[in-house]
Amino acid sequence: MSTAFTLAKARDALKARKISSKELTQSFIAAVEQGRPLNAFVTETPEKALAMAAASDARLAKGEGGALEGLPLAIKDLFCTKGVRTTAGSRILGNFVPPYESTVTQNLWNAGAVMLGKTNMDEFAMGSSNETSAHGPVFNPWRAKNSNANLVPGGSSGGSSCAVAADLCLAATGTDTGGSIRQPAAVTGTVGLKPTYGRCSRWGIVAFASSLDQAGPMTKTVRDAAILLGSMASVDAKDSTSMDVPVPDYEKLLEGGIKGLKVGIPKEYRMDGAPPEIAALWDKGADWLKAQGAEIVEVSLPHTKYALPTYYIVAPAECSSNLARYDGVRFGHRAKSARDITDLYEKSRAEGFGAEVQRRILIGTYVLSAGYYDAYYARAQKLRTLIARDFTEAYRKCDVLLTPATPGPAFAVGDKSDDPVAMYLNDVFTVTVNLAGLPGLAVPAGLTETGLPLGLQLIGKAFDEATVLRAGLAIEQAAGFAHKPANWWRAA
Amino acid sequence: MNAPVPNKFIKGQTGEWEIVIGLEVHAQVLSKSKLFSGASTEFGAEPNAQVSFVDAGMPGMLPVINEKCVEQAVRTGLGLKAKINLSSIFDRKNYFYPDLPQGYQISQYKNPIVGEGEVFIDLKDGSSVRVGIERLHLEQDAGKSLHDQNPDSSYVDLNRSGIALMEIVTRPDMRSSEEAAAFLKKLRAIVRYLGTCDGNMDEGSMRADVNVSVRKPGAPLGTRCEIKNVNSMRFVALAVEYEARRQVEIIEGGGAIKQETRLFDSKLNETRSMRSKEEAHDYRYFPDPDLLPLELDVAWVAAIEKTLPELPDEKRARFVAAGLSPYDASVLTAERELADYYEDLAKGVDAKAAANWLNNEVLGRLNRDGLSIADVPVSAAANNAIVAMIAEGAISGKIAKDLLDIVWNEGGDPRALVESRGLRQVTDTGAIDAAIEAVIAANPAKVEEVKAKPKLAAWFVGQVMKQTGGKANPVAVNAALKKRLNLPEEG
Amino acid sequence: MSVDKDTVRRIAKLARLAVPEENLAPMADALNGIFNWVEMLGEVNVEGVPAMTSVIAQKLKWRPDAVTDGGNADALMANAPEHEGTFFVVPKVVE
Repeated sequence: MSTAFTLAKARDALKARKISSKELTQSFIAAVEQGRPLNAFVTETPEKALAMAAASDARLAKGEGGALEGLPLAIKDLFCTKGVRTTAGSRILGNFVPPYESTVTQNLWNAGAVMLGKTNMDEFAMGSSNETSAHGPVFNPWRAKNSNANLVPGGSSGGSSCAVAADLCLAATGTDTGGSIRQPAAVTGTVGLKPTYGRCSRWGIVAFASSLDQAGPMTKTVRDAAILLGSMASVDAKDSTSMDVPVPDYEKLLEGGIKGLKVGIPKEYRMDGAPPEIAALWDKGADWLKAQGAEIVEVSLPHTKYALPTYYIVAPAECSSNLARYDGVRFGHRAKSARDITDLYEKSRAEGFGAEVQRRILIGTYVLSAGYYDAYYARAQKLRTLIARDFTEAYRKCDVLLTPATPGPAFAVGDKSDDPVAMYLNDVFTVTVNLAGLPGLAVPAGLTETGLPLGLQLIGKAFDEATVLRAGLAIEQAAGFAHKPANWWRAA
Repeated sequence: MNAPVPNKFIKGQTGEWEIVIGLEVHAQVLSKSKLFSGASTEFGAEPNAQVSFVDAGMPGMLPVINEKCVEQAVRTGLGLKAKINLSSIFDRKNYFYPDLPQGYQISQYKNPIVGEGEVFIDLKDGSSVRVGIERLHLEQDAGKSLHDQNPDSSYVDLNRSGIALMEIVTRPDMRSSEEAAAFLKKLRAIVRYLGTCDGNMDEGSMRADVNVSVRKPGAPLGTRCEIKNVNSMRFVALAVEYEARRQVEIIEGGGAIKQETRLFDSKLNETRSMRSKEEAHDYRYFPDPDLLPLELDVAWVAAIEKTLPELPDEKRARFVAAGLSPYDASVLTAERELADYYEDLAKGVDAKAAANWLNNEVLGRLNRDGLSIADVPVSAAANNAIVAMIAEGAISGKIAKDLLDIVWNEGGDPRALVESRGLRQVTDTGAIDAAIEAVIAANPAKVEEVKAKPKLAAWFVGQVMKQTGGKANPVAVNAALKKRLNLPEEG
Repeated sequence: MSVDKDTVRRIAKLARLAVPEENLAPMADALNGIFNWVEMLGEVNVEGVPAMTSVIAQKLKWRPDAVTDGGNADALMANAPEHEGTFFVVPKVVE
């Protein structure tokens, strides 16, 4: 059986008993195996998947079943999964097997979903190319025309974006701290939604930067994103920052079109030196929305250029503290033959963390240290207030914002790994959204001349994922993006 | 800051020195579960049995605050007459230690839940000193490292990890070891009255970091040393005494005090430098992004205020107004249980007589038996009946003590016992006269003596009391004897 | 502000990361590259701007005081690199 199903189509076929979850799951298990050259999965759980599929088939046979009954999904390795090794892409977690299940994944299993395995990612979600993973890089299923060069799948949710784009799963979970769902989705021709901060529970997700981290769906279509978000989102008493608002039926809210919708175009996102293809696609997107009855308005987000530097203070500061628990005492990697406790800490952490994570821990430690706190951290949190205010102002004039998703298409493995700042610039269009806690959606909108996917981003008001998804659907329909990467990896 | 008080100075070779003391008291909040997790706070469990994944700092675990702990902090703040901050912030204090699983302690740094307050301490000489409270904040306790189980390893038990503590910080307002100990005693009384901390210092429910410096009277503050984790009032006093002497000797010897963390060794009664804490700390405080600001509702705070019990100072003032000496009032209000017991005992009888009875008879017997007021075998109501019967003239003071012994050892209702055992005081003049005649008849020589020396009448009184088995009313016996022997009224 | 080798050594110590001596200078360079870029935040007048404490309009949730957790000692030990009974074990700590 082909695995080129959308989540919605597979769901409908299962409900209509045209296929069984077992057949579907077996096909995906085979696809995952054949996809190993892509390195998208760090842990495959075929037996668990088959057991879950059998249970789903039994429920479906009785006419029961949840919203995701029998649907095989891939889970980013940042979500703690009970009894299944969870590494966060890092050596420091060793063979950590959580004795608990994250709220988001538990919600998925409660809805009947089937787990295929855990996907590769940048170490502790720090990266935009999946090259910082302790499990090695993931390769983008897409290659440029007439090229065999391996491209990155984006990051940090690179394993998930790859798995979705290569049809190794129906859909996947991701997490997004500065763009880690939207950027990989954009460069793999898939859909990625970062919900409003507080929409999905963070409980059981390995923390990177607590005030920015948010889980979200990575799918083949906008409809699939609406379906998956509906099951991932919840109000969770175990997460103090989980927002106390009911979860609407996002799929139902897709209907109705965008007539009269006010779409803001933030002028500061027109960056000097950006590839003309990006600007052209953006203009095209605005035209598509206009053609469907939306009103296009120019808005200003004056503090946009400060977003990335603000992010690179706030996120490392939080990470330096969040990652202090990886100390070799209670779980994870412990260095051998440590002289004393300090030596144990220093060696375990130096051996366990990769270069980028160490760099960010050092940045974070520095910006919080005595004498520098006010100049860096306190100032960055004030900038964050200004950045959030920019959005509040813009939303007086519009309902949703349209921007490019990334400054360019997927780049070659190794291209940017020597220059941290160049790497950080991949998130230039996405990071503002995290700083302001807003929902953002990346939708595939076209191909570059070299045949690589590009995406557009829609940014909404807090807890207005429904409007973002509806506008995204309008882009998706207008773009008619039906391209698939050539299946080169099966031959590999 | 309080003015220098010369009689509290200590003497060095170069003259007098003033000790300046401030305390940081860690008081464990009375709650069933921990500050940010649902694990139990009960003392004495098996290692790591009361540890949630949150307390163990497992990946992806998040804190959710316990409302009871917030309430207890506010209640304590109100009891310290302190400002309650309606918005406060939880910060992370970052440092590495094996018993600190997250690598940070959730505490409150710049914006604590409680601000400025005050405590009045009562000294032995009857004076009272005000100690300013700088702040009270909520924070997590750390776990425990055991170093003596294995020669090469330390063992870590996280049962304490995450238990709520109130850190109560004073102004440097204390000037002697007595004041420091008295502060701790008073603070302990207040939190126990409030029910916010059990004050059990043996179990570590309350411990103090003692900041000590010395200076020439009137000079600017000297460099302070912090003595960590002192866990009894006596040790606080001893630690201050030792540390102040040590600092004076160093300065007088031409040295300078190094600001450092020290440890009190209760076996040697000395303080010594803590090597592990020597490294300069940089805690990198920042607001915990897993938590939002803690916002309190004015009405909610007001509702807590309405439920505050009468506190030691107020109770003491009321007892003094009722006729007790300030000293007695202080003793009786030091513990809420004792004060409550006293109030029950004093119902409807003379306040002073009740206090004397409690101090001399009840507490005397408790001391003798090594018991505390919680273990007293005779109810306050029973004691109240005994004191009432003395006042009524139904029993003599002597009989009252015997009666208390009976109730103490055998139990029973005092009034019923007086009747069943015939302990009622004899006021019937016929019976007394008969006893007097019997004593006179048996001791003719004494009769002559007493006529010459009227002061010897007391001997007769004693004999008559003996004759009546102690039940005669001594006042009535005295009057009857004087009349019978024609003794003068005075004397 | 410029980060030198000693600063890297100091913050690496605070962060409990063993950074080999020969890596201190390259790390200082890398950090300076980032800090130089971040310097642009200094341009913005933030006077009177409150620091962000929460990105969402949510009141902190309180939970009732009840014992709902614990009894996990075996599950905790299952991932421990070294344990003795239900104690975690670390190299001797000197106080």
